[in-house]
Amino acid sequence: MPMIRFIIKRLLLLIPTLWGILTLVFFMIALSPGDPARIMLGERASKERLIQLRKELGLNQSLSKQYILYLKRILKGDLGKSIVSQQPVINEIAQRLPATIELSFSAIVFATVMGIILGVLAATKRNSWMDQVTMTSSLIGVSMPVFWLALVFIILFSVQLNIFPTGGRIDSRLYFQPITHYLIIDGIIYWVRTGNPAYFLSVLHHLILPTIALGTIPLAIIARTTRSSMLEVLQQDYIKMARSVGIPEHKVLYRYALYNALLPVITVIGIQFGMLLSGAILTETVFAWPGIGKWIYHAIGSRDFPAVQGGILFVSLFFVLINLAVDVLYSVLNPKIRLT
Amino acid sequence: MSDKDPISIQKSNKTMNAFFAFWKEMLYHLAKNKGAMIGMIIILSLIVLALIAPFIVKYGPLEQSIAQRIQKPFISDHILGTDDLGRDMFSRLLYGGRISLFIGFFSVSISLFIGTLLGLVAGYFGSWVDRIIMRIVDIMLAFPYVLLTIVIVSILGASLLNAMIAIGIGQIPSYARIIRASVLAQKEQEYVLAERLLGTGHLELMFRTILPNAIAPTIVQATLGVGNAILSSAGLSFLGLGAQPPVPEWGLMIASSRQLITSAWWVVTFPGIAILLAVLGFNLLGDALRDILDPQLRD
Repeated sequence: MPMIRFIIKRLLLLIPTLWGILTLVFFMIALSPGDPARIMLGERASKERLIQLRKELGLNQSLSKQYILYLKRILKGDLGKSIVSQQPVINEIAQRLPATIELSFSAIVFATVMGIILGVLAATKRNSWMDQVTMTSSLIGVSMPVFWLALVFIILFSVQLNIFPTGGRIDSRLYFQPITHYLIIDGIIYWVRTGNPAYFLSVLHHLILPTIALGTIPLAIIARTTRSSMLEVLQQDYIKMARSVGIPEHKVLYRYALYNALLPVITVIGIQFGMLLSGAILTETVFAWPGIGKWIYHAIGSRDFPAVQGGILFVSLFFVLINLAVDVLYSVLNPKIRLT
Repeated sequence: MSDKDPISIQKSNKTMNAFFAFWKEMLYHLAKNKGAMIGMIIILSLIVLALIAPFIVKYGPLEQSIAQRIQKPFISDHILGTDDLGRDMFSRLLYGGRISLFIGFFSVSISLFIGTLLGLVAGYFGSWVDRIIMRIVDIMLAFPYVLLTIVIVSILGASLLNAMIAIGIGQIPSYARIIRASVLAQKEQEYVLAERLLGTGHLELMFRTILPNAIAPTIVQATLGVGNAILSSAGLSFLGLGAQPPVPEWGLMIASSRQLITSAWWVVTFPGIAILLAVLGFNLLGDALRDILDPQLRD
């Protein structure tokens, strides 16, 4: 029962949060200096086009009326129309979402698996060279810009060594009819149907470098958290107890210590997953990855405000929902939270 | 209560003494910490290089020379090579250090100032004031940081100054939370109660009695914040929302040399290494400060 109350409380907290985000994003256009229609269309736009756009965006109305119209529109799921493509923003996002999710998901899986393994190894062999290397590299990992790391990877592995492609999701020479738009899954389906693995392998080949580039920073953070959490758990009385009654060390470590040590790590993984999605703006561009991030980047460049607004709103919503899911999961796994 | 009141002077002296004793102990622990020492050496070198930059560079950071385009590093008197406009990379990196340090300290000052004020007011007055301020803080924290800064810059317009303001605003929540928690702990201490019984006003209690004793925990956040600000500003400049050409901001240097990755690796690589070193310096110092301030970790 207390858990259900916690979840309800957490869901109710969602309302002011979403409202705050909506309001902030609204002011992005409403308060931007100068005439937004003029900024979007450029100096040479015709008068008719300007008037039409002002009307489309509701700029000829009072701020409070604009705000109410905006809220009504968003609640109906209408994110507006892109100035550049004249398509509804929600469609543009839906088209690009699979690419972004595929990359973020693959990066977070890589970061989680490697991060936990390295963190546990570092904690069990505290102050060994393993520990030193893991901790030093994770400190370096959190200190660099992710888009720079991606560029360095491209220089090293694509340009100099020529092992991986410089960008894109699949070899452009392969004609491919997407089914789910998650190309890894599509590749497997195609492989099973036709017995030809070429598509799957090409998708995988394109995915590896961006995955490692995006996953490195979360990996560093997950490894650090796992290590410190594991060290804390290993000092607990119940671990000393387990050791003193002669339970084998590997069982103590992986059965009793790791399970409890992973609790704070779950929160960090959730936060990092959200960061990956919001950081996609910085990374997808580098890898010419056709996802939401690259699209928002170009929308910023072409001053397509409705697209930027819609994109940011969508990614923030995603971010908030991931945080919610992590909090709920945490309360399910950790009885201490549930009871308070 | 006037400043000449002997009790008041004695009291504030006592607060100041505690303040200095705290810093003395801090320095003692810092000197013993390897990470802190490396961090401080990096930060000091950065500051010194930024200060003496005009005296050690042979070329100006904006000086173009078509004849000297894309020179390789380590072979000519352009020690770190040149970019596609023939500008000296070494000079641009040093001047970029000035800019990045300024960005770091400026943004942190904004967030520290506003965050402290909000946290202090929320913690001191409690009740509905606290609830309203903390709800706003929660909403800001729920918003992904990168996107928050992008939204603020879009509202203010793309420029380096606005990027710094956006980064500063984006970091306010962490300071507000830390100060609030710290103020809540201090508020019930005997010295505060004593001061309150003497009839000291709200403002004096908040700023002269509580604040000097509550501000220490923000030092970790502020140190890490300088590094974060440098990283975030590089990101905003990379998106075209921060520094504008030809300013030698490190993030912008990476962004504008993206087409050169196949021909001139150094133009992309060196500014990133500069960012990495600067941020690493502040992270090392910040982590060390946290270990020192948290007695649970200090054995």
